[in-house]
Amino acid sequence: MIVDVGAPYRQRLEQALGDEAQRTALDRATSRLSGQRRLALEAVDNPRLRDEARAIRQSAIENLPATLEQLEANLTANGCVVHWARDAAEAMQIVREIAQSSGAQRVVKSKSMVTEEIGLNDALERIGVDVVETDLGEYIVQLANEPPSHIIAPVIHKRVEDISELFQRELGMPPTDDPTVMCAAARHRLRKEFLDADMGISGCNFAIAETGTVCIITNEGNGRMVTSMPRVYVAVAGIEKVVQTVEDAALLWQAASRNATGQSVSVYFSMSSGPRRPGHADGPEEMHVVLLDNGRARMLERGYGDAALLLADDPTLYKELPYASSLCGVCRDVCPVKIDLPRLLLDLRSDMVENGSTPKFERAAIRAYTRSVESPARFQRLQNLARMARRLPVLPPPLNKWARTRELPRVPDKSFQQLWRDRRQAHRGGSDE
Amino acid sequence: MVDALYPSVGQAAVDLLEKHGATVLVPEKQTCCGQPAFNAGYRDEARRMARHFLDVFAPLVENGEIDAIVAPGGSCVAMVTHFFQVLFAEPGHEGDRARAARLQPITCELTQYMVDVLGVERIDARYPGRLTYHACCHLLRELGVDDQPRALLAAAEEAEMVELSGADECCGFGGLFAVKNAELSTAMGRRKTRSIRESGADAVVMNDVSCMTHINGLLKREGHDCRAVHIAEVLNGTAVEGGKKAVSDDR
Repeated sequence: MIVDVGAPYRQRLEQALGDEAQRTALDRATSRLSGQRRLALEAVDNPRLRDEARAIRQSAIENLPATLEQLEANLTANGCVVHWARDAAEAMQIVREIAQSSGAQRVVKSKSMVTEEIGLNDALERIGVDVVETDLGEYIVQLANEPPSHIIAPVIHKRVEDISELFQRELGMPPTDDPTVMCAAARHRLRKEFLDADMGISGCNFAIAETGTVCIITNEGNGRMVTSMPRVYVAVAGIEKVVQTVEDAALLWQAASRNATGQSVSVYFSMSSGPRRPGHADGPEEMHVVLLDNGRARMLERGYGDAALLLADDPTLYKELPYASSLCGVCRDVCPVKIDLPRLLLDLRSDMVENGSTPKFERAAIRAYTRSVESPARFQRLQNLARMARRLPVLPPPLNKWARTRELPRVPDKSFQQLWRDRRQAHRGGSDE
Repeated sequence: MVDALYPSVGQAAVDLLEKHGATVLVPEKQTCCGQPAFNAGYRDEARRMARHFLDVFAPLVENGEIDAIVAPGGSCVAMVTHFFQVLFAEPGHEGDRARAARLQPITCELTQYMVDVLGVERIDARYPGRLTYHACCHLLRELGVDDQPRALLAAAEEAEMVELSGADECCGFGGLFAVKNAELSTAMGRRKTRSIRESGADAVVMNDVSCMTHINGLLKREGHDCRAVHIAEVLNGTAVEGGKKAVSDDR
């Protein structure tokens, strides 16, 4: 299926719900991941781990300017070049200039959401630089010419059968449904890319202020090759990724691994503290760190600071996404840093109501409902009205939307309150209350 | 919803409380706590409804007429105990915030109240059939109530409890979400009804009538005999008839 990320929400929703293969893929992956997560959490006091992880992120954000300054000073002392980018355009320009001034033609990338956020691959390809994703999942979606569909599992929407078909088509592989065989084929090709690349780009999971270190969490070892093999290494880090100490990073690493992928710790944890120094056997000749704001500081100011712990700010998604959740609360309960996402969505919904972007009909209905709730007599009349609505030949909204896929409940003749009153009256008949 | 659509659930809740030693008062002027409006982002309107709720219930607490406010559903309780504080967090609402704070510790969901406050361990209900339990989101994740309803159900005579796979997964109701995002809501609901069918249960028990309406709407449309039933009716021993009647009504 070709995903059009620019398509309207309704269209994408319809497409996604109609895609049986994708739904199978998601069912398989989510049940496997949540099983793994349960096992990984048995070994630890997860509520405490999450509390501590949250406190670390919170304290870094509360002292953001000072911590970022310390990070910059220590990165610079380690021989890194630090760049500040206010927005996506600035960040892309910075990375393009690094590529041009170092004469880089071939880029290998480690999985990163922040470069996805700023559209870095396109920006580099436009100036003639080849970009190859080296995380297996990202490599697959790049081959399919699709964006990643999930922040930790970019290819969660594909079944193993779909990937096999893609590899046959794009890599000329013989048909196989064996993931090990497919993985080996990708690995073989990627090895050559690592050797040929002159620039590596990664995101950043934690940037340690006290030591000037960029950390990335990976499971395939590709991240380590990206950060150490090419002669230029560029790390792009959202400013919210800064933490104060090595111990902070270590705890967050565990919290993220156990809660997100169901591992005790990830297979690899790469820490980069500057370019190759005299006497070092390997490592890049240049290391650049791009510190990106792109709306994060503004989110903190607007009171959505909690989301800045994790999320990027994308105003184009605001119109539909706050309402695209049943607010069941699972996301909050599995979040390693306890972000109260349902609460943030409730706040966004309230913002939408306040700036008048909810449907007129809905506003009128809620107002009418409010007036009736404030007066028990009107509330009774509203209920009678609802009872009558069921007898109409054509159901009015929102009942029509309900009834398209669901039966409506039978409406009893008397409400609980009416029955309660009847019972009390019957009771009073015999007594002298 | 209990008042307008499910008077028998309200009655079962009252019966249960009385059976286990509580005296029940039903304030006539009560209407709605404002949860649907709050959930949809309408804070001003929700505040007005919340204020009405406080006007009705707070005096009863302050006069010492009642010791607890009990509702047969997790969503309404979560609204009062959690979200009233959000509604009245801003400056200018100090009075209402204080009133809401006083109601917070004494507002309980039915089974939570029965187990945690009344100390109920045994119930005199029988359900000749297979039951499974669906954990409603607000009850489970906002209130942390799960053991209480399960313990009470396990005490029902003749009932064979079967496990529901993904019992803690959302049924997709979500208030206004059910109509604003009807397709997504339906897809989530069908996942739930599939697990219900696979469990082989005659009835799936839950604590919120909103989720129950959604799940029954789908089960009936799919032509399946299994029904979602409210826990109050099961524990009160009035669910079996209700369930059978509901099935025969539709045929």
